[in-house]
Amino acid sequence: MATHAQTVLSPGEAPEFHLAEDHHPEGSTMLGFWIYLMSDCLIFAVLFATYAVLGRNYAAGPSPKDLFELPLVALNTSMLLLSSITYGFAVLEMERNRQGATLGWLAVTGLFGLCFVGIELYEFAHLIHEGATPQRSGFLSAFFTLVGTHGLHVSLGIVWLVTLMVQVRQRGLIVENRRRLLCLSMFWHFLDVIWIGVFTFVYLMGVLQ
Amino acid sequence: MFSNLDLQKLVFGRLTLEAIPYHEPILLVTFAAVVLGGLGVLGALTYFRLWGTLWRDWLTSVDHKKIGIMYIILALVMLLRGFADALMMRAQQAIAFGANDGYLPPHHYDQIFTAHGVIMIFFVAMPLVTGLMNFVVPLQIGARDVAFPFLNNFSFWMTVSGAVTVMASLFVGEFARTGWLAYPPLSGPAASPGVGVDYYIWALQIAGIGTLLSGINLVATIVKMRAPGMSMMKLPVFTWTALCTNILIVAAFPILTAVLALLSLDRYVGTHFFSNDLGGNPMMYVNLIWIWGHPEVYILILPAFGVFSEIVSTYSGKRLFGYASMVYATVVITILSYLVWLHHFFTMGSGASVNSFFGITTMIISIPTGAKIFNWLFTMYKGRIRFEVPMLWTVGFMVTFVIGGMTGVLLAVPPADFVLHNSLFLIAHFHNVIIGGVLFGMLAGITYWFPKAFGYKLDPFWGKMSFWFWLTGFWFAFMPLYVLGLMGVTRRLNHFDDPSLQIWFVIAAFGAFLILLGIASFGVQLVVSYLNREALRDVTGDPWNGRTLEWSTASPPPEYNFAFTPVIHDHDAWWDMKRRGYSRPLEGFRAIHMPKGTGTGVILGALSLVFSFAMIWYIWWLAAATFLAMAVVTIGHTFNYNRDFYIPADEVIRAEGQRTTMLSGRA
Repeated sequence: MATHAQTVLSPGEAPEFHLAEDHHPEGSTMLGFWIYLMSDCLIFAVLFATYAVLGRNYAAGPSPKDLFELPLVALNTSMLLLSSITYGFAVLEMERNRQGATLGWLAVTGLFGLCFVGIELYEFAHLIHEGATPQRSGFLSAFFTLVGTHGLHVSLGIVWLVTLMVQVRQRGLIVENRRRLLCLSMFWHFLDVIWIGVFTFVYLMGVLQ
Repeated sequence: MFSNLDLQKLVFGRLTLEAIPYHEPILLVTFAAVVLGGLGVLGALTYFRLWGTLWRDWLTSVDHKKIGIMYIILALVMLLRGFADALMMRAQQAIAFGANDGYLPPHHYDQIFTAHGVIMIFFVAMPLVTGLMNFVVPLQIGARDVAFPFLNNFSFWMTVSGAVTVMASLFVGEFARTGWLAYPPLSGPAASPGVGVDYYIWALQIAGIGTLLSGINLVATIVKMRAPGMSMMKLPVFTWTALCTNILIVAAFPILTAVLALLSLDRYVGTHFFSNDLGGNPMMYVNLIWIWGHPEVYILILPAFGVFSEIVSTYSGKRLFGYASMVYATVVITILSYLVWLHHFFTMGSGASVNSFFGITTMIISIPTGAKIFNWLFTMYKGRIRFEVPMLWTVGFMVTFVIGGMTGVLLAVPPADFVLHNSLFLIAHFHNVIIGGVLFGMLAGITYWFPKAFGYKLDPFWGKMSFWFWLTGFWFAFMPLYVLGLMGVTRRLNHFDDPSLQIWFVIAAFGAFLILLGIASFGVQLVVSYLNREALRDVTGDPWNGRTLEWSTASPPPEYNFAFTPVIHDHDAWWDMKRRGYSRPLEGFRAIHMPKGTGTGVILGALSLVFSFAMIWYIWWLAAATFLAMAVVTIGHTFNYNRDFYIPADEVIRAEGQRTTMLSGRA
């Protein structure tokens, strides 16, 4: 038994077995948040897969071609893309330690987000008014759930954004708040990426069919 | 304006007095026992003035060791419930032949097998695994806590909340009658209009959030918080399996969340995901739930493999044979576990090529698993083996699990599966691997790490009793099911016509009775060990001549785990330290930075419990109110920036001084 062990260990030599000073492992919040985002991404993966399977089950009801208005969706997409850019500006201002400008860009981001959610709600209301409800067909169930889940995420992001703005105002750009702003930034850009998928896969390809 | 009925609906939703099953004697007696037991516990807490301690030191604690212990307590309590269900099923099937209908009508029997499966997987096996990982992993990697201590506490309370939801279904309303995965269209609004499936959905959703967050937490902990010098290939094997398990949790549980959400939409909103009409597709559900469900079984078994690896090398007094191959086998199993889900429904009719692909990937999994078995055997070969109780569980596991693995390979052959699908052969197979693998592993782990957690060993005599009853009980209970399954008996039946089958069910019931004795012996073991704790005391912190870091600190470890952060040179770090003449530092102690306890987790857990109850019973105002309250509490929590404190140097000196006295008292 010992022969194997001795090739690895060398008795007699006793190196340091503990640190005399304080040990500061690097922060794990960013990694943890990344892992959370990937798990959230899987939820969207399930919803995309469901849309792929059920998306053409119209059950003699309306199809994407009958329902989607690309100009409206393009406007909506631009709102979200612009909000990602303005969030980027907010982070740049944060790096320059300018609290006022950071808050300003965050506010603009929140407004773009609100516009996005507003336009989406308008679109949903319009569809439901036309009789294209989630209960109408497998396609519409999958459509409303995929797009609605994304919209819920954006709404949650807006609530989080407002909370963070209050906290930055209260305590300034302290380490904790910077970390939180970066987490929300990842969340916000992540939703942007998901939306690109929704726009391409649901709207563009839906109308092309 | 409102008629009485409208008002009642507004206030209580669909909850009425008829929901209380006071006409069912079994439930009534159970309820009385639960109430009396509960009152007894509350009374004892008040009498011994333990409320403050309980709240401050346990419920609101963010200490990973205490959270780990609480997870295991939850699991053991739920094991009693899940096992009571098993006994009832075994008794029913042993007597319900011919003219005898037995004592459980289908309505009741179907709830029991559903509850048994749900409880055993989600509220026994999962908390056992999570609890053990929580307790052991930070100690093994030389950390003072997990990466996100508050999140850890919150995860635990979400799991408790889910468990309480399942238990509530026993006394208010009913549980699902759909089997543990609630396949639609049976679980859809048309076939299951009652509250049973809603209980199922919300219990799993809430517990699932807890599991997912704890998975993220432990991955971040293992990746970021290892002691200096501990490279990935110096991680103890249990921590490696914990890492793979938690990666699987993060990769699998969101799918469960999503698919249950879709089922809820079908039930609450009337969408058509899994319905038979208007474009729904029930097989979509079956696919999605198994894309979560198959990784889930590896989430359970991998940590058990880790436990056995630690135990085999400790009690053989040798380094683990083939450390690197063990790590690679674990990683390969992790990846493959994602590529086999379709073997749960070869009969779906997806065609020969698809079935062949999934049949072959399934068979391939047995290769890394077999490699592990050989690694354990070669570790024992020429070792100086001590047959302590954990080692008995390990040997019992190896014999039992290999049989379960081989019947698994039989089931992986699609043509054979067409015959055996949904038969008792399948039931015997998965109990063979879950009891023989996961449960034996967790009981071995509890026995192994018990002295670390509480400072005294478990009584070996009652441990051996428990082991032998469990082992023989398992073989008596499940071998007859293999026989019956090969004869074509299907699962989930509460009555049989052919009297020639009865003898096998009687043998199986006898096996269940032996397992009952095994569980009772475990309970006796806990009591006897506590009474005899001075004789069983572990003063060294290293009762088994261990190899990994957790044995280098005191038993039980101080709140801060390690007074100084250890530096690692080998994967058997503590063995290496002992061999190379490590001496424990006696001075130079400093204040230690630690996270503060918080009640937010308990409050959110309680609110989510009320929220799910309100959703199940359609009490919309209460659901809205509790949802809002959860949002307020969560946001409020983020305004608390004062989350840590320093354990003063004096206190560290005092704790370490006590340990010095204890160690010298022995010598």
